[in-house]
Amino acid sequence: MPASAPAPTDSGHPLAPIPYAVRSTATETPDTTTLVIEPRGTRRISLSRPGQFAMLYAFGVGESPIGISRETPEGRLVHTIRRVGPVTKALTALTPGDTLGVRGPYGRGWPFKEARGQDIVIVAGGLGLPPLRPVIYEIFAHREAYGRVEIIFGARTPKDLVYYDEVQSWRRRTDIRIQVTVDAAGRDWYGDVGVVTTRLPDARFDPTRTTAFLCGPEIMMRLVSEAIQARGVDPHAIWISMERNMKCAIGLCGHCQFGPVFLCRDGPVFPFADLAPLLRVREV
Amino acid sequence: MVELGVGGRGILPRREFPRLLEAITASGYEIVGPTVREGAIVYDRLRGVDDLPIGWTDRQEGGQYRLERRGDEALFGYTVGPYTWKKFLFPARERLFTARREGDSFVVIPEPTDGPKLALFGMRACELAGLDITDTVFQGGPTPDPGYRARRGRILRVAVQCGQAGGTCFCVSMGTGPGVRGGADLVVTEILSPGEHRFRLDIGSEEGARVVRGLASVLAPVPPEDDARVEAIVARTAASMGRTMESRGLRDLLRETLDHPRWQHVANRCLSCTNCTMVCPTCFCSTHEEVPDLNAETVERWRRWDSCFNLGFSELHGVSVRKSGLSRYRQWLTHKLGTWHDQFGSSGCVGCGRCITWCPVAIDLTEEVAALRQPATPSAPPGGNR
Repeated sequence: MPASAPAPTDSGHPLAPIPYAVRSTATETPDTTTLVIEPRGTRRISLSRPGQFAMLYAFGVGESPIGISRETPEGRLVHTIRRVGPVTKALTALTPGDTLGVRGPYGRGWPFKEARGQDIVIVAGGLGLPPLRPVIYEIFAHREAYGRVEIIFGARTPKDLVYYDEVQSWRRRTDIRIQVTVDAAGRDWYGDVGVVTTRLPDARFDPTRTTAFLCGPEIMMRLVSEAIQARGVDPHAIWISMERNMKCAIGLCGHCQFGPVFLCRDGPVFPFADLAPLLRVREV
Repeated sequence: MVELGVGGRGILPRREFPRLLEAITASGYEIVGPTVREGAIVYDRLRGVDDLPIGWTDRQEGGQYRLERRGDEALFGYTVGPYTWKKFLFPARERLFTARREGDSFVVIPEPTDGPKLALFGMRACELAGLDITDTVFQGGPTPDPGYRARRGRILRVAVQCGQAGGTCFCVSMGTGPGVRGGADLVVTEILSPGEHRFRLDIGSEEGARVVRGLASVLAPVPPEDDARVEAIVARTAASMGRTMESRGLRDLLRETLDHPRWQHVANRCLSCTNCTMVCPTCFCSTHEEVPDLNAETVERWRRWDSCFNLGFSELHGVSVRKSGLSRYRQWLTHKLGTWHDQFGSSGCVGCGRCITWCPVAIDLTEEVAALRQPATPSAPPGGNR
């Protein structure tokens, strides 16, 4: 079994949320909002690795697991949330000054430090980009430590592209390659059209020394992993971030099982090699 | 003179048996144990020996449970009922904390974890094995459950060695019983035949020794023939298991048969009623409920038992990952018998047979496992799931 993340110790009861305040909000897409939050008091969660997630608590409504998109130098957390159920509706309706609860961080993050010296392939589908953003900035911060960097970012339509301005700024960099594609678009879209796998053949990397980081819908991650593996990349060097229903995030509620693993404490980031057989079975 | 330390044993005559319960109560424990209610033997508060199912037995088969009169006055002449001891350590509903608005923030008040010391009176060998498993689940990981740990620290385990096997029992196959091989504070074996009714009492821990310290005057040394009787009772029970299951290699088997047509076969019968998970001594899945008061100033967080057979259990972004009954039964069985090994280092099944007895359509996991061991034949009904 993979080494488990250390248990958070900041709160009295392991399931008790810590009060945070909304500092600012930004509308990303018609159904997606980014919250920047900061601790209300002295207690806060402390991140150990990018790629971890937190349980965000809408008071009186409930909790939802949300990836941590960024931790600012001042200790603020950035979360990008899609409105799906009652909890995420309540969270995305918060305005600056409102209170929410946070507990975590949970899970093992991305092993980006182990990827130093390697070519990097990052593939994000839709809301898969926020959990990968810390990896991208880690690479920007230590650009010389990595080989070629290929980023492929896809969404259903142009209006579903989160972090649009930020991604545009990345496109101006000459030390990485980034391809942005959408599944479907109108005549006002001048970019690529097609699922992310259609952009893979253009990606340049040395398969013998490449690490890939993938986050997006499960089917996307499987198809991209298989395509990258077919180019010769070791499936142990292809990392995917899994998602399942989750209640406790501390390995007790049983909801986030995926075969032998609990996503909350053994993941949510796994080598594709570990999960590939189960990813090919429906309804696991 | 009887030695009342750990490993000590003595014979307790039936007429003195109430003294055992009195000694447990005098040691500060409330006693919960088997009693007849609602047409079944359930685990509830015992006020005294008379609350035990004296003279009752149960007849169990797939989808069937019937209480019947015995021809004697046995105290423990039955096997396991619909309840498990799990509910005393991991309640079916439990408030975890209360959160209260305070100014522009909120405060969290964790639920107190104090409570009575409980004697779990009448635990069977399979149930002790189940306790070991829930201990691993709730206390063995990086974040132990505070409520479970507190309650677990307050129990006395009084075991009973089974004098008979039920129609759905298969503890022998799972290596958990019927003899008690440790994990109990006290162990009782009922010796009963026409004209004689007595118990062998074994002391399994310091706490067990402390509890029965005052019984020295009523305990007699164990004659060799009674040791032989106890051995024979356990052997007879072991030889009369209602079910068997080949448990070797199950983890690998279940990993390799995820597309076996048998899953569709069982899915066609399974009602997804969740009974098997509710009666299982080791099923631990739970969900959280947020219960606000009218003006949402105070909110309670409740945890209640959940089941992988519920459609909403796997809901992700508004859609269930395991929509089909096939996938839900497969999740339960592959977890219980297969991936449990990966997660917790043992099988999740102790062979108690409850899931067979309490399944309304008599689905029998021992039969399903046997079918999964058969290679999928071309004539089998379609149901591959790739």
